[in-house]
Amino acid sequence: MPTRPGRCTTDMATLLWLVPALPLLGFLLLFLSAGRAPRPVSALIGVGSTALAAVFALVLAGWLLSQGSGVLRVTLWRWIATAGLQVAIGFQLDTLSLVMMLVVTFVSFLIHLYSSEFMQQDEGYSRFFAYMNLFVASMLILVLADDLLLLFLGWEGVGLCSYLLIGFWYRNPSNGYAARKAFIVTRVGDTAFMIGLLLLATHLGTLAIGPMLAGAQVQWPTGSVLPTAAAALLLGGAVGKSAQLPLQTWLPDAMAGPTPVSALIHAATMVTAGVYLIARMHALFELAPSVLLAVAAIGAATLLLAAFAALAQHDLKRILAYSTMSQIGYMFLALGVGAWSAAIFHFMTHAFFKALLFLAAGAVMMRINDEHNIFRMGGLRRELPMAFWSFLIGSASLAALPLITAGFYSKDLILWSAWNFRPGGAVLWLAGLLGALITPIYIFRAVFVVFFGAQHTRPSSRYGVRIVLPLTVLSVLALTAGFVETPHALGSISALSRLLASTLPTRELAGSAALQTVAMVIAMVLALLGIAIAWWIYGRGAAGALRASAPVRALARWWLGGWGFDWLYDQTLVQPFLWITRINRADVIDTGYGALAALGRLANGLLSQTEDGRLRRYAGWIAAGSLVAVAVAMFA
Amino acid sequence: MMLTWVILVPVIGGGVAVLAERSGTDAPRWIALAAVAIDLALIIAITVTGPAALTAASAHGPWLAETYWRWIPQLGISFRLDLDGLSLVLILLALSLTALSVMTSWKEIAERVGMFHANLLWTLAGIVGVFLALDLFLFFFFWELMLVPMYFIIALWGHERRVYAAIKFFLFTQGSGLVMLVAILALVFIHRRATGVLTFDYFALRGTPLSPRLAFWMMLGFFFAFAVKLPTVPVHSWLPDAHTEAPTAGSVLLAGVLLKTGAYGLLRFVVPLFPQAAHAFAPVAMLLGAISVLYGAALSFAQDDMKRLVAYSSVSHMGFVLLAVFAWTSLSLHGAMVEIVAHGISTGALFIVVGMLQERLHTRDLTRIGGLAAALPRLSALMTVFAIASLGLPGLGNFIGEFLILLGSFSVNRSLTIVASLGLVAAVIYALALIARALHGPERIPPQAHMPLTDVGARETTVLAVLSAAILWLGVYPRPLLDAVATGLGALQSAAGVTMTSASGSGAQRTPGSAPGGDYSGVPVRYSPHSAGPAP
Repeated sequence: MPTRPGRCTTDMATLLWLVPALPLLGFLLLFLSAGRAPRPVSALIGVGSTALAAVFALVLAGWLLSQGSGVLRVTLWRWIATAGLQVAIGFQLDTLSLVMMLVVTFVSFLIHLYSSEFMQQDEGYSRFFAYMNLFVASMLILVLADDLLLLFLGWEGVGLCSYLLIGFWYRNPSNGYAARKAFIVTRVGDTAFMIGLLLLATHLGTLAIGPMLAGAQVQWPTGSVLPTAAAALLLGGAVGKSAQLPLQTWLPDAMAGPTPVSALIHAATMVTAGVYLIARMHALFELAPSVLLAVAAIGAATLLLAAFAALAQHDLKRILAYSTMSQIGYMFLALGVGAWSAAIFHFMTHAFFKALLFLAAGAVMMRINDEHNIFRMGGLRRELPMAFWSFLIGSASLAALPLITAGFYSKDLILWSAWNFRPGGAVLWLAGLLGALITPIYIFRAVFVVFFGAQHTRPSSRYGVRIVLPLTVLSVLALTAGFVETPHALGSISALSRLLASTLPTRELAGSAALQTVAMVIAMVLALLGIAIAWWIYGRGAAGALRASAPVRALARWWLGGWGFDWLYDQTLVQPFLWITRINRADVIDTGYGALAALGRLANGLLSQTEDGRLRRYAGWIAAGSLVAVAVAMFA
Repeated sequence: MMLTWVILVPVIGGGVAVLAERSGTDAPRWIALAAVAIDLALIIAITVTGPAALTAASAHGPWLAETYWRWIPQLGISFRLDLDGLSLVLILLALSLTALSVMTSWKEIAERVGMFHANLLWTLAGIVGVFLALDLFLFFFFWELMLVPMYFIIALWGHERRVYAAIKFFLFTQGSGLVMLVAILALVFIHRRATGVLTFDYFALRGTPLSPRLAFWMMLGFFFAFAVKLPTVPVHSWLPDAHTEAPTAGSVLLAGVLLKTGAYGLLRFVVPLFPQAAHAFAPVAMLLGAISVLYGAALSFAQDDMKRLVAYSSVSHMGFVLLAVFAWTSLSLHGAMVEIVAHGISTGALFIVVGMLQERLHTRDLTRIGGLAAALPRLSALMTVFAIASLGLPGLGNFIGEFLILLGSFSVNRSLTIVASLGLVAAVIYALALIARALHGPERIPPQAHMPLTDVGARETTVLAVLSAAILWLGVYPRPLLDAVATGLGALQSAAGVTMTSASGSGAQRTPGSAPGGDYSGVPVRYSPHSAGPAP
């Protein structure tokens, strides 16, 4: 039900539910067409529905901004209505969900457009767009839901689409394995999320986000058990979906899916759902300071762990996957220190530059026979200038190249917020700084190895406009999207945080402007230093000497396997489960009944032996029986 | 009188089907469909014209229709049928699944077609009788009656080990039924000693004063019979054999409806007849439920036979129902009813899909097939839909059931609820294993397959489309179902001594954005008079 009456509001409310409904309709059409639609029609439905959703999102954005601070609500129908729980299917648009919705629809549209060319030769063209549209619909439900249970529906929906798309090329069993791993690992987190829902619904009586959070603030003192447990359980869901420690292992394997999928789902949108969840539930997390501290610590640990792991990868997509993990670590760090809008800011810039990086990587790989190993590439900058410049811009933004890239501004804001956090801010800041040094090393390692040096492969064919256009638009955004929020020394713009202020609390950062400038300069120097190191090792060819040393190789092997987490989980969880299910395949309980049946048969065998036809023995039994009967009658 | 016809129509239909076989093998199929259709029309007519509306608690209580005849007055036995929302929902489920079973067996069953459909209809009659009878003697009569035709369906039209499976099925259900009969007789005689009236009437027996010890043993007698039927670990082991060896229609009826008679018995008889004893027993029963959830899932994952895999997943799903019944909160009971219907649809559908695969491949062995998605894209897509429904994806029916069950049980027994919720992870593991092994990977089609493989035809698509639409509808708009059972569940709860703060769920309204906590009227209250209420 709209908050404000009036024709315009009603129209806007209709637009609001149409935003997720359009891609859903696209999915239904493609699903029901069962692959019989011609390719152009499939592409039109797939791309068109997201394009229209993006247009509607823009209209809604214009309207909401013109309204000042307002929230648009629309309730479609009551989903569950029983004594004890009322859940409605309804959406709300505030500034937080507005930013999410804009990024999701816009990046989705660009990636759909790119896919319509990238997937051109694939036999599952229509199926691909069906899954992608279902994903976009689920993601939009996730960010627009005004009830936590509906949010959970979107949450599980994106997980399903992630599974379907990782395993899109289903003939290869290793793709299927990666897909199942992603679904199962995130489902572990989702189960924690679900138990969190049970806790919240049981104690607060509703899952409607606004009333529920208000109730929590009234009923629960800060730091008490219930909000801490609830926040910790939701955090469990968030670390699963966002591939943070300790549930991060699925993301690198998720790269088995088509590259546009990695760009959209496993970089730009779905994996940041955990960030959104925590930001959306900030009022609950603020009641649980210890959990918030854990969020920051998990973020810091993951950003370092993943950055180091990225250093050792030789599959281009896995480098980007670890970098995604690392960048989401930054977002968690920001959330943990209460820099809510900084986290959303970094989500936005990351969505642009990471989508760009993946699309550029896909553009490279599609031209060299789907080669993933960077050491079999090389010198591609001349033959593939479009991909080269796009990848370079994305890398620069990821590396937070000072002043001219979007990534610089969002990362700087996170580092500055961490510095101002008490207690432990210095440690978090240092972790972030170390990450800021490693990030340019690993990504420019890829740049130098792939695009410079000797050429090993001959690219084929050309790019069409449907690939060029998304790369161009995302390149521009990866450079300029950061100007919405700049530090003191650089103009002190705060457009985004002022927009988000109506939804997310702001914290005055205590440090002086001078101190901020010093911290900023340190980060700038580190970024440039990182690029220089990468050039020194991989551009000038010092890598050979490095590889010659045994400790380095051992470390590289360890990092290549993602610090051994997969091995650990395999030994402690997967293998024991497989072992137990294997030995109990025949169901040990059933063997008990089998034994009972065997006993019956045995008794039958024994008794039937007595029936041997010898009259003398029968007479003996009769006599013995009579004797016993008489004895019983006499003595009992 | 109308209710009697609901039972008589399938009985007569079965007889006609046998006779009709002479005029062609399709005749019994059409007659079976017609009988089910007439029954559906009857039950809808009864509901619409009945004395009480479904949602409003009226002077009639939850009862929509009743039939009462004195049958053997000397022994206090009457022919008493009563229809409330619970029975209505379960009967509708049974009728729909029977119709779909007939449609799926169109090609599978080629021998003794008339007799097969007669048995199908007679099983249906027994099931409908179980859901309607409220005289304990009559109830027991139907309880046994539905067994016999099902035994023949398995033993005559089943797969390789059909005789073993049929005998095992018969022994388990017959043996446990005997225990229930003893408990019924004990209850009746104790009631006569206390009141001087010999009666098998449910309503009369409900208030029988019992010593806690006796009540506990009698409760256990009922519980045993229903637990076997449900089934719950450790008395579940008849189920994988029976489901696997039965023909598709048998598996669908077994999983879709027959198991539900166990859940229904727990709801209708165990707790309302013996509230205190059930309360004392609740932790054990809920533990069994939680164990069933995980144990069934683990076994399901390990199977190579697709039907066995699906069969064990039923054990897992029914574990949720057991948990819910013994939590006995309004939320958990609503959840149990949704789970019952959703499981009937999704698991019934999975059995149908596996049956279709077997028709084409002549095997159900997952080690010999693979990569079918390429050859059978539409069947694969539909199979995926039901597998993900089975793993509890929100938006499909099973999720609503499992969520409400967990939510309703959480306030009663937090730790067991958390254990059961691990079943959400386990369900993903087995459901995805089924999809991965059957549909994905390199294509492997066994040599004995019926080549070339044909994707689903019009008849098969209709069956599966109806089921997918139903599971989706239940997932996004479960309210008609929730409203239909609300009054019946409320009456059961008050019979067992619960004091609900709101009469029914259908009346409560809330607009999003209203004050927090203000409308949480259904704070779970335990059914025992000396219970302290929900955990803090």
